[in-house]
Amino acid sequence: MMLPRKLLALAAITAAAATLAPSVAFAQAKEQFFPLLSYRTGPYAPNGTPWANGKQDYLKMINARDGGINGVKLTFEECETGYATDRGVECYERLKGRPGMTLFDPQATGITFALTEKVDKDKIPLITLGYGLSVAQDGNAFKWNFPLMGSYWTGADILIQAIGKKEGGLDKLKGKKIALVYHDSPFGKEPIPLLQERERMHGFKLDLIPVTAPGVEQKAAWLQVRQLRPDYVLLWGWGVMNSTALKEAQATGYPRDKMYGVWWAGAEPDTKDVGEGAKGYNALALNTAGTQPKVIQDILKFVHDKGRGTGPKDEVGSVLYTRGVIIQALGVEAVRRAQERYGKGKVMTPEQVRWGLENLALDQKKLASLGLDQVMKPISTSCADHMGSTTARIETWDGKQWIVHPEYYTADEQIIKPMVKAGADKYLADKKLTRRAASDCAS
Amino acid sequence: MLYRENGQFKTSYRADLQIFPILQDRWTILALLAFAFLVVPSFASDYYFRAILIPFLIMALAALGVNILVGYCGQISLGSGAFMAVGAYGAYNFFVRIPDMPLVPALILGGLCATAFGIVFGLPSLRVKGLYLAVATLAAQFFADWMFLRIKWLVNDSPSGSVSVNGLQVFGLPIESGVSKYWFCLTVLCIVALLAKNLVRSAIGREWMAIRDMDVAAAVIGIRPVYAKLTAFAVSSFIVGMAGALWAFVYLGAWEPAAFNVDVSFRLLFMVIIGGLGSITGAFFGAAFIVVLPIFLNQFLPFAASLVGLSVSTEAASHAELMIFGALIVWFLIVEPHGLAKLWSTGKQKLRLWPFPH
Repeated sequence: MMLPRKLLALAAITAAAATLAPSVAFAQAKEQFFPLLSYRTGPYAPNGTPWANGKQDYLKMINARDGGINGVKLTFEECETGYATDRGVECYERLKGRPGMTLFDPQATGITFALTEKVDKDKIPLITLGYGLSVAQDGNAFKWNFPLMGSYWTGADILIQAIGKKEGGLDKLKGKKIALVYHDSPFGKEPIPLLQERERMHGFKLDLIPVTAPGVEQKAAWLQVRQLRPDYVLLWGWGVMNSTALKEAQATGYPRDKMYGVWWAGAEPDTKDVGEGAKGYNALALNTAGTQPKVIQDILKFVHDKGRGTGPKDEVGSVLYTRGVIIQALGVEAVRRAQERYGKGKVMTPEQVRWGLENLALDQKKLASLGLDQVMKPISTSCADHMGSTTARIETWDGKQWIVHPEYYTADEQIIKPMVKAGADKYLADKKLTRRAASDCAS
Repeated sequence: MLYRENGQFKTSYRADLQIFPILQDRWTILALLAFAFLVVPSFASDYYFRAILIPFLIMALAALGVNILVGYCGQISLGSGAFMAVGAYGAYNFFVRIPDMPLVPALILGGLCATAFGIVFGLPSLRVKGLYLAVATLAAQFFADWMFLRIKWLVNDSPSGSVSVNGLQVFGLPIESGVSKYWFCLTVLCIVALLAKNLVRSAIGREWMAIRDMDVAAAVIGIRPVYAKLTAFAVSSFIVGMAGALWAFVYLGAWEPAAFNVDVSFRLLFMVIIGGLGSITGAFFGAAFIVVLPIFLNQFLPFAASLVGLSVSTEAASHAELMIFGALIVWFLIVEPHGLAKLWSTGKQKLRLWPFPH
């Protein structure tokens, strides 16, 4: 009986020591701090890991190549969420008070929902590139949310456009059946309102087929697909759900070239294991992949060749890795932009970074100087538009790699704008909040 | 030497029936309460409130509820996450649908929704026992998952199924800051813990324990199994439902059905087993173990490694966290199968005899 109690006492002492440790370990210096919420464990780890590696490597590269942003060193700390909302909230609370705090990228739709409430009170910007709350595009209602480069509504809209194009015009969609096989969570349900709007416009029939998270059990869903025989299947999955869906489609005999995934269902971990079985499968491409872009070359040169890379070297330049790089690059550019207004070489506060995010103007020339010109389209945000760009391309898996089609699609403003406005108004009414005044935009 | 009841004479039944019959215990509890209510808020940072203390308090409350069912009445349940979800969404519906609904009644109504749900899913307990019942209550978990994902009305027609609340206040005082949330949760927990403690000491509590220890014998001496089992389900799910509502309203603020998935049920069961079956104190120990330890390990491991000049990647830290956590659970179950609460009471017993053990 003595042994456990001694051990307990020891544990209590170490606990007390460790609780004091974090406050000591972080000295106040001229450093811009990036909290990195990530998940390298759990069912979404295969996709979460390259994403997290890209985010981290970009920060290391900026420090190694440029010595930071105008002399301000970048620091970071990762916090493992496991895609769980409560752990994500804990990470946010742990890291939000760090000196030099910049912004959060929670990497999960569920965590985004929980943090949207909190960032407004704490005045910390939240970037959700290609995910999160679609209505947050309305910067007049969501002051602190930035769904940069696209939301699930723009993604769904582009998919319908692409399918319409394949059919030879959106009017040809009349009478067709489109099934949405989706992750049964806020992430999977977000696109539904937009798809229903398009359903009303074009007269196709939308079938909703939910798949319980994390998505390894899909037999029932594909039985339904087999019964309904839809003309197209939209795949709204993440992590293990995607490769499972492709295997099930193969087993069901559903043609893969009739399947269109969202940009979170269009990376190497989703199709690699299925290989030839996924041949012909299409997905949205928010960014390109590959090691040719200058930014990736720089990461290889300044980080990986020095042996300081975060993940395996052969994953550098994969789809999700590159997306992580873009997310971090936009965050870094927001700080740079804020420094132009509030003083170069200073550490920006989260409120100043928010201004930077709201005034991003990355044209082709600027993107070229960042080495991102082949990777993404120009992006420019404003007070009213927190997204900045709504374009994406379609990519197809050829059995070995993703082939990106050259043509760009842009989400239809006329459909999305009223929906965003109405959704934002409802959010404000529910929360008893008011729209930001015009004068607030200047701040 | 200090912890001894020599000279403390009880001259009335009242004195004999106190929760803490030993004077030193009473003082310790009072000091602990004063510490929790007054001292902790003065030094804990916002992070401790929002990320550690509040989830700990709410999970302790939930574990208390589960302990009544599992520990005191012996009805193994894997549906605790579902009861939490019903409490959370029940309270949410009352909160948003009734204008100017105050927070506390909404929480209680949410708890009552969970009570009704718990009684319905407690009905199989009249026929099945043990593992069979555990599987039957798992049905409650899956049913709740299905219900909150599919029935739009329950989530106020939110297209994504994610809901949120704001503007929480109690008697006009806003529950926004970490301290106010902490005080609120602590108050609820203290009240419920006191009620629960008295309940398990009363006639109904003894009926539960009789059912747990040997249901046939209990029936023979005149205890109605139907009544005892269903009241245990009702009381337990009420408390768990309140905890669910607090978890959603106070801790998360915005949540989706996945916040109350089957993992939560398992974690609650672990809390009860590791904390100590059939012990109110055990709920607190169990919650501390399950809630605080992973967070602590997650921060402590990289720190400990840096002391010896190593750097640990996030990935390695999380894997190590899972491994250490799992190993500790196994170790506890082998070394102290009656949970941390038993360890605690053994310690107290030894202190009473110290320095002259016999």
